[in-house]
Amino acid sequence: MKYLIRHLGIWAVAIALCAILPVIFSSDYAISLLSQMGIAIIFSLSYNMILGQGGMLSFGHAVYFGIGGFLAMHGINLIAGGTLPIPLELAPLIGGLGGLIVGILFGWLSTERSGTTFALISLGIGELIAASALLLPGFFGGEEGVSTDRMVENTITPFDFGQQIEVYYLIACWMLLCIVLMYLQTKTPLGRVANAVRDNPERAAFIGYNTRMVRTIQFALASFFSGIAGGLFAINYEIITAEMIGAIPSANVLMMTYIGGIGHFFGPIIGAVLVTFMQLTLSGFTHAWQLYFGLLFVSMILWAPTGLAGIIMNHEPAWKAGLMKKLIPSYTRATLAALVMFLGIMTLIEINYHLSLSIHPKDPMSLFGISFKAQSPAGWIIAIALIAVGFFFFKRGKNEVKNSWMDVHQAIKTGGK
Amino acid sequence: MSALALKLRNVRKNFGSSSIINGLNLDVIKGERQAIIGPNGAGKSTLFNLISGFYQVSGGTIEMNGHNITNLATFRINRSGLSRSFQVTNIFPQMTVFENIRCGLLWSMGYKYSFWHLCNQVRHLNEKAEEILERIRMTQRRDLPAGLLAYAEQRALEIGITIAGDAEVILLDEPTAGMSMSETERAVELIRDVTENKTLLVVEHDMSVVFDLADRISVLVYGEIIATDLPEKIRQNQEVQEAYLGKETL
Ligand SMILES: Nc1ncnc2c1ncn2[C@@H]1O[C@H](COP(=O)(O)OP(=O)(O)OP(=O)(O)O)[C@@H](O)[C@H]1O
Ligand SMILES: [Mg+2]
Repeated sequence: MKYLIRHLGIWAVAIALCAILPVIFSSDYAISLLSQMGIAIIFSLSYNMILGQGGMLSFGHAVYFGIGGFLAMHGINLIAGGTLPIPLELAPLIGGLGGLIVGILFGWLSTERSGTTFALISLGIGELIAASALLLPGFFGGEEGVSTDRMVENTITPFDFGQQIEVYYLIACWMLLCIVLMYLQTKTPLGRVANAVRDNPERAAFIGYNTRMVRTIQFALASFFSGIAGGLFAINYEIITAEMIGAIPSANVLMMTYIGGIGHFFGPIIGAVLVTFMQLTLSGFTHAWQLYFGLLFVSMILWAPTGLAGIIMNHEPAWKAGLMKKLIPSYTRATLAALVMFLGIMTLIEINYHLSLSIHPKDPMSLFGISFKAQSPAGWIIAIALIAVGFFFFKRGKNEVKNSWMDVHQAIKTGGK
Repeated sequence: MSALALKLRNVRKNFGSSSIINGLNLDVIKGERQAIIGPNGAGKSTLFNLISGFYQVSGGTIEMNGHNITNLATFRINRSGLSRSFQVTNIFPQMTVFENIRCGLLWSMGYKYSFWHLCNQVRHLNEKAEEILERIRMTQRRDLPAGLLAYAEQRALEIGITIAGDAEVILLDEPTAGMSMSETERAVELIRDVTENKTLLVVEHDMSVVFDLADRISVLVYGEIIATDLPEKIRQNQEVQEAYLGKETL
């Protein structure tokens, strides 16, 4: 409790933000985007309980999300029918408990070792459950999935959940609660020992810990939160198909979490917000959005493996010393150069997409309001020129950034400004 | 005869076809400080790995305080009161010094797999950790990531983690290896202090440390204990002289 009070400032801001955002961005589109972000945040934070905290790279985390989703879906149908006497607002808990139970089972099976063995088993379990979805149409609803109507009688809030905004607020409440709980979990004996087991399982065994048990409990708790996210998904969409337990959402949550940064608690939050935003907006602009997403993921892994959170936290000393202004000019130049380079790459990608995938490749295509023929050499030449120029200045910019960092380090060391 | 903390009978260990420990017998008396000496590759670390459950024995039995602990899981052996350090420093390098010690305390203080306590809120846990920090003289280093400590400090921290769980039997594998004279002196001081009223089994190459610290000495050669005796007797033992100590000045 004392803990919560000490951090009250941050939580107050978070609550205020959750309350105000849908007022500022009040379009239907924005509110459904925000709802999805909330679900993604829980999902991705729960994934990081396994990956970041426990050092287990899972390729099947959507299993627990999906099973939670299906269970909650059936739960809501039972609530609607009056056979399950709990309010709709608590339906995500059904998903959470389902995730927990399945998580205990598969956690115990897969956590004897971390590393490659764990990763492969998680992949296998993912495939296994996805395949069994077709064998158990009663539970998974076959091809068309399971659907529901969330407008049930039994609620504790005055909401009837006929409007997306009501669903949003429900998601936001669950999200805040889950964030607090997952954050506090990192401070508990189990949370600390999960780190110890990740860093040095051999040593952890010699301070009395059964490493497999530590991993299993950590895994099961993560599955619990994942199941809650699945339950919220059920309420949000009122339909869920077997795809949601499959490889694609599993890969998606992995990428979100990595892009956000696995080394800091808040990293996955950034990742979830950014990736959800990208997926929803980019997919409206271009068919090649998955390619851009892949490009971002690969670049992050290559050049910023600590993720966005890592990048942010690297600046903490400079920020505290008031030296950010030393960095900003070189950052601006490098970013501009990177943008030019990206513009070139993007032009190439879009031209190729137009050539190979559009119904009338001979028709002119349009990019940033400029209309041109994909076949004409001009587009290609401009694109390649942009890449070349961008690359040249980017290399220079990178050096400048490096130099200004050296300045900053020097200044911090000598204590001057 | 006094009660035995450790009793090894006819213990064997093969790696593939090579036999490293050959029917080894060893008695460690409760409360004593016993040193194991022997040439490189004699099997000293292997012996520690067998006792602590890190390796499975190929044959024989190991008892601790009268209970058979042969081939138990490492964490079970640890929970029943045996703790060890490693020849190559083995700590949690990314955690702070304080966290390292606190992690070492969690199990023995009953926090186990709890996810309903907040570590920072548990007063006596943190106090105990501070106390151990004080004891290993690392209070100043409290908040540093353990991986950034100097070598001798990392060794001291590992001893801190090893004793944190309040095990009665402590195994230390070459605790002063690679240290300077003054560091070694301090380490010996520390080891003597933290193993007060406990049973210590220590592998050590530095003879001054061995003779300084040990109540009794065992000599391990080619996977067998060829003698166990008081330090001055070991010094005079003909067989030991020939097998191992021959060229060294004692
Ligand atoms: N896991 C293993 N697999 C195969 N051989 C091993 C293994 N562990 C140790 N050995 C072998 O067992 C022998 C004894 O090694 P051990 O580390 O126990 O010696 P030691 O007495 O501790 O030596 P040192 O004084 O150098 O530390 C060596 O020949 C070593 O190569
Ligand atoms: Mg050795």
